[in-house]
Amino acid sequence: MNTSRRLHPRPFLYEALTALGLIAAPFVLPHLGFAPNTVNQILVWGLFGIGFDILFGYTGLLSFGQSAFYGTGGFIAAYLLTQNILSSVMLALLVGTIGAAVVGLGIGVLALRRTGIYFAMITVAIAEMFFFIENSPLSGYTGGENGIPGVPAPRFEIFGMRLEVGTGWSMYWFLAAFYFLGIVLALRIVRSPVGAILSAIRDNPVRAAALGHSVERYKLVAFVIGAVYAGIAGGLLGVLQGFMPPDAFTFETSGQLVMQTVIGGVGTLFGPLLGATVWLFLSDFLQQSVGLGASWKLVLGVVFVLLVVFLRHGLIGGIKDLHRWLRREKAPESQVDDGADGLAAMDRPMPGIVDAAAPDRPRERDEAAGPILTATALTKRYGGLVANSDIDFTVRRGELRGIIGPNGAGKTTFFKMLTCEIHPTSGTIEFEGRDITGRSVTDVCQLGLTKSYQVNQLFSRLTVRQNLTIAALADLRGRFRLDLFRNPAHIPGLQERVEHAMELVDLAGRADTRVSALAYGEKRRLEIGLALATSPVLLLLDEPLAGMSPRERVETVRLLKSISRGRTMIVIDHDMDALFELAQWITVLQEGRILAEGTPDEIKGNSSVREAYLGGVLAP
Amino acid sequence: MFNGLVLGALLALISSGLTIIYGTLGVLNLAHGAMFMLGGYAGYVVFQATESFVLAIAGGALFVMAAGLLIERLIIRHFYDRPPEDQILVTFGLAICIVELVRFFFGSLSRSVPPPPWGAGVTNLGFMLYPTYRLAVVAIVAIALGALYFVLYRTRLGMIVRAGIEDAVMVDSLGINVFRVFMVVFGIGAMAAGFAGIVNAPVVSLTPDMGEAILVQTFVVVVIGGVGSFPGAILGGLIAGQIISITSMINPGYAYVMLFAAMTLVLLLRPRGLLGARSRD
Repeated sequence: MNTSRRLHPRPFLYEALTALGLIAAPFVLPHLGFAPNTVNQILVWGLFGIGFDILFGYTGLLSFGQSAFYGTGGFIAAYLLTQNILSSVMLALLVGTIGAAVVGLGIGVLALRRTGIYFAMITVAIAEMFFFIENSPLSGYTGGENGIPGVPAPRFEIFGMRLEVGTGWSMYWFLAAFYFLGIVLALRIVRSPVGAILSAIRDNPVRAAALGHSVERYKLVAFVIGAVYAGIAGGLLGVLQGFMPPDAFTFETSGQLVMQTVIGGVGTLFGPLLGATVWLFLSDFLQQSVGLGASWKLVLGVVFVLLVVFLRHGLIGGIKDLHRWLRREKAPESQVDDGADGLAAMDRPMPGIVDAAAPDRPRERDEAAGPILTATALTKRYGGLVANSDIDFTVRRGELRGIIGPNGAGKTTFFKMLTCEIHPTSGTIEFEGRDITGRSVTDVCQLGLTKSYQVNQLFSRLTVRQNLTIAALADLRGRFRLDLFRNPAHIPGLQERVEHAMELVDLAGRADTRVSALAYGEKRRLEIGLALATSPVLLLLDEPLAGMSPRERVETVRLLKSISRGRTMIVIDHDMDALFELAQWITVLQEGRILAEGTPDEIKGNSSVREAYLGGVLAP
Repeated sequence: MFNGLVLGALLALISSGLTIIYGTLGVLNLAHGAMFMLGGYAGYVVFQATESFVLAIAGGALFVMAAGLLIERLIIRHFYDRPPEDQILVTFGLAICIVELVRFFFGSLSRSVPPPPWGAGVTNLGFMLYPTYRLAVVAIVAIALGALYFVLYRTRLGMIVRAGIEDAVMVDSLGINVFRVFMVVFGIGAMAAGFAGIVNAPVVSLTPDMGEAILVQTFVVVVIGGVGSFPGAILGGLIAGQIISITSMINPGYAYVMLFAAMTLVLLLRPRGLLGARSRD
């Protein structure tokens, strides 16, 4: 099996189609009524949008401030060229792009301090600030409201031949080369390990961080990528028009970019190009042919609202849905079978699990093995409420520990403290001899301590294989790495790791199914698989059996036994019978304190434990 | 200073509208600036018809509230369980529709509403002469904010709204019809912006695009004050008003730059805003 083939069938298909489309455009589009200048503008918007789509479509960060980088790149390039500081257009574009990237880095650090709507608001405000800066304090350089006129067209000397790029189709080839390069690089980026992590961040940033990825830095990378594309597009805008307009900096520019991307299709890379085509075509058509004049934007606004309400993935998404629907019409059986697979899987034995199952029944607790995790006097208070108080807790290497306790005993809080999702009010945690108190959840996962969640935390828009790949990448690549153009198939050990995890949790048959289409039991197993794929030294499982049918429980207990070999595990669950069967040592929590500790038999016989669970009614 | 107070008071009122909508519904309303503009135009129409400024205020505010209720019922309601990005996009689209609709009916040329007769002329404050109407604006906005405060903190609806800001799911499960509350809150929030739009109309001239700049300033106010915080919106509004007017006296070109610099500073030092709650993000 070749991962690159499986992850991306037909590797150079999109690149080839893009090249063909760009070559064919000048011969086809004039017949559809597109003037060369319109096509050139579409290319600039399309290029601008590629970066925005990586930021919004792939990473989930909706920025309304892309105009800041568009303008910065454009004005730097235009200024350098018109002041004769640089004579080479290419060099000026490069400097402009670098300028935009630097600005993007600065703004990114600031704006990414917050997420969601805060992020959107901050980007709007900062972009607006750039407009005012361009207009007043820097108007000596930028021409204020007049912009910079007289941006020269590019000239090349190749093999002694002088090539001068003019207007119209001559400019088209110059821009098309940039667009092609932009698309090729963007495709590499979204297929790289970084690209995979960006989509993980879009789907579930909390889990991406918990799996050991430095979410903040990857977000910043996406932000800077967006700024780079905006910067080069801004520079090209000046070159295209021979004039750098101040409108490049307006909120309207950012808004237009957002709308074009959404109209075309978010998360497709080509959406912005298609959206720009629709936009400029409608603008011409409605204003001139229909004679709507300025109110054509009203039509556009209504179309946009309808699109957001009904067609969530834009035109490209709509086409894809239609395509899928047509194919489903033709081959209904395979789809139905797919859906029922979750239940069917329960009836046949799980080969992966059965093979590895039944390790030589309860291993003795090895008293000689050193402690892997030690919590000392761990306390967590929420205001007046004490969730955990003064817990001393030690787990030895190789142990399988069970934690039980009535609802509200503080089990989940305790787990969250151990994995550093929340920090204790007082007390310390030592993992493999290292003090991890107050470290981040990402750090701790990189050290080899992770957990599976009580409520599934999966990347729901990605497939099973992609989910596990993201978990495995954290261990193989560390918390942050800038391998933007690397093919994941070339990462040694990645594929084996993913396949192995998939076998362990018996999801090999569902490798390319999206998480949203999985049955509940399968999602639960994938949840455990995610934690496993990070290759933890110590694995914490928060209620792995929650919500399962009796049959699923039996299978899952067998799965847990098989994965516990060679690993240290701590399992929380309400299913006492299951835990008594699994664990060698049980800790009972009650009201945030440790009530008892001992072997399953000792706990079964412990009168205070009985009392805690049964309220003393049946006290012997 | 007084210019700053007038502007600050208006910003405070508009921002509280934005912030209670976000705090209760969890929706960032990008059409809020358009509501402000719509209020101005609605007041203009009523004033043209009746020549009464008081009726213009009442009619305009009610019209914007009705528009808000309608928008919530028809569109926003279907977006509560969709990702925040979709909510932002749809309100952004609505803003364009509203602006273009107004442009369709009134054109791009600016319109103006004269100040009411009791607001014409200037008042001698002892140390300076100041347009009477601008003083009246501060008073009117203060009354409006007081009314909003009363609704939020002294009525059953307000209690639900504030509870909803803390925990919308809990309020829902207590058997309160959150949808109706949401609709009313969206209406009140829109009305706050629309009301500010009319009150402000005699001071400026009306154009369909006027909402955009206000929206951005409102964002800055809310980020400074803390998203979802009513007192934060008022404090942020007053601060923003002062920053803009004081810088304008020295060098108008830097007024907005300073405003955004202040926001940056707040973000660096207190990312949740001056009076920001710890709840949602």
